[in-house]
Amino acid sequence: MSGHQGHDDHGEHGGHDDYEARLRAFVGGELTASTPGPDPVNQPMIRHWVEAMGDENPVYVDQEAARATGRPGVVAPASMVQAWTMRGYAAASGASPSARRGFDELVGLLDEGGYTSVVATDSELEFQRELAPGDEVLVREVVEEISAEKKTGLGAGRFVTTLKTYRDQRGEVVATQRWRTLRFRPARSEPAADTGTGTDTEAKPPPLRPRPAINQDNTFWFEAAKEHSLRIQRCTTCERLRHPPGPCCPECGSLSWDTVEASGHGRVYSFVVNHHPKHPAFPYPLVVALVELAEGTRLLTNLLDVAPEDVEIDMPVVLDWLDADPDLSLPVFRTAVTEVHP
Amino acid sequence: MTVGALSGHAAIAGIGATEFSKASGRSELQLACEAVLKAVADAGLRPSDVDGLVTFTAETSSEIHVARNTGMGELTFFSRVGYGGGAGGGTVQQAAMAVATGAAEVVVCYRAFNERSGERYGLGQADRPMDVSADRAAYAWMTPYGLNTPAQWVAMFARRYMHEHGASTEDFGRVAVVDRKHAANNPAAWFHGRPITLEDHRESRWIAEPLRLLDCCQETDGGQALVIVSAERARDLPHPPAVIRGAAQGSGTDQHMMTSYYRPSISGIPEMGLVGRQLYAQSGLGPGEVDAAVLYDHFTPLVLPQLEELGFCATGEARDFIADGHLEVGGRLPTNTHGGQLGEAYLHGMNGVAEGVRLIRGTSVNQPADVRHALVTAGTGVPTSAVLLGVDH
Ligand SMILES: [Zn+2]
Repeated sequence: MSGHQGHDDHGEHGGHDDYEARLRAFVGGELTASTPGPDPVNQPMIRHWVEAMGDENPVYVDQEAARATGRPGVVAPASMVQAWTMRGYAAASGASPSARRGFDELVGLLDEGGYTSVVATDSELEFQRELAPGDEVLVREVVEEISAEKKTGLGAGRFVTTLKTYRDQRGEVVATQRWRTLRFRPARSEPAADTGTGTDTEAKPPPLRPRPAINQDNTFWFEAAKEHSLRIQRCTTCERLRHPPGPCCPECGSLSWDTVEASGHGRVYSFVVNHHPKHPAFPYPLVVALVELAEGTRLLTNLLDVAPEDVEIDMPVVLDWLDADPDLSLPVFRTAVTEVHP
Repeated sequence: MTVGALSGHAAIAGIGATEFSKASGRSELQLACEAVLKAVADAGLRPSDVDGLVTFTAETSSEIHVARNTGMGELTFFSRVGYGGGAGGGTVQQAAMAVATGAAEVVVCYRAFNERSGERYGLGQADRPMDVSADRAAYAWMTPYGLNTPAQWVAMFARRYMHEHGASTEDFGRVAVVDRKHAANNPAAWFHGRPITLEDHRESRWIAEPLRLLDCCQETDGGQALVIVSAERARDLPHPPAVIRGAAQGSGTDQHMMTSYYRPSISGIPEMGLVGRQLYAQSGLGPGEVDAAVLYDHFTPLVLPQLEELGFCATGEARDFIADGHLEVGGRLPTNTHGGQLGEAYLHGMNGVAEGVRLIRGTSVNQPADVRHALVTAGTGVPTSAVLLGVDH
């Protein structure tokens, strides 16, 4: 796409390709070898948990009540699955140093790349079956994905996605947990993070930008944005372009549409410099621009690397991308160095 | 000139409001009941005479709650109008149509909220609850970029208007100054006794450039109600009728809520032009016969294109019209004589309709001489509405 420089192709470090390959080698590999929990599933721990959580469902503590629901007996709350494999605060981790070798090596490599800070972004748990007292739980963690370097509100970083698989004593899967963290290079203006030892340094989670409400009419646009593609909806009957998108062409009434990729060139049609109220996800003063694309449609966006006092109506701008968080990539614009022809 | 079927059939016979405050200390329903009772009493009627109610879709106190609490009996007409502050004139239109068709005889329009002490619209829409409706999805194009609040949405229009017509922030400031000048004389206004100067405006902090703090209306707790009956019946009631010469709604081509940024031009308010053309067609009147106005002023910049869309001056010339003093009492079009929403209260424009009634009765605190017709607009940037009120012939 013209007007868009990918971020993957200008690494700051020497031996960039080699570093990339070393990171890639971790994908699919084991971070933490299969490690049994310290104790089997047991009634006292279940009781403490549900009391602490204020969960009064009797199927966790009362055999009769559990049988009345068709269960063979008392079960453990599904959300306890992680608890069965954790050790007390005294132990650094549930896994022995040898089982953790993959984890330590990956953290070391990320540190070497400058990604010295970490913040957890999200976790998805899926349960296969309920655990009952006497069950034993083992957990193994593998690397699913390490993203290319992304620009984020915290600094440049990589999203690391891992999958923890919880199994029982028979080797059957009880639950899976997809865990995403952002390993990032703290932005220069930030005070240096306390890192360098290879241990987890929990940064304060960044407030997320307001979520776009996704529905059947706009999901294509936000999905494409995740792939850094700026789409414009096009009526396949009369070829009229439209944005914001909708299910029906206002020109000809057609319900069929496809999309075209925007050239990424445009001009500032109008803009606002926001000062108050301040939303915690944004830096202020915040420039929000209405950009008219070369294709003729307009969209709201942010302008990067332009001082508010330097923004002008009709100023040419080019597309760039902001990976705000793992679930939200947004087209943003920079000033075009030279005049572009629409 | 020919006159539309609706014109002259109904009149506003009663107005009533609570005090305007920043913390009412009572429920929104109580505010609604107080305003309704005052309006009904002002009309010389009893709650049991009321058989129709109209309010905003944004209203939290449903017709049935207001009816059973105030002692209204059976209702034969109840209706709601959408799009926030754009609804005001639309509620009067609903009431006038109900009265003209016989669907109801006494219709009360009301709006009450704790907009300052409760849910403040000015804080924006960034963290609204998520759903998959088209209305909620419309925010997907703005809130992820931090364009979240009404002031910010209006600022985008204002910047383009300045660019196309050579207007300045000072031109917006003059609207605030005249509003506050009028409010200073109005004991019911929040800013009673507190006029401002252009310099005060210039020195107020940025909210969303090019809007400064003093371009933005206040936020208010309060309630306002209006009583609509037939013009004939109104003649037998205590106050001179404010006859509804015109009442209209308008939604423009490619209309959005506060963000109609995708039209060929964004420096006008085509939905207000649409409303104005209907008012003039219904009433047989023209802008030259409008003697006073209440123009929706949640933010000063959109007062300028309203003057243009309604035909009081040519496109791009509102700044000269204002600078020449025409919004002042004694000017060509005395405007927002109660102090507007900047000066009196932000009641989703319903307090402006009440001021329109006072202008026709001759009882405004800043009453201009010889007001025969007054035009009152509803919210700008949204599907909107307006009424054209006149003295009884
Ligand atoms: Zn078409």
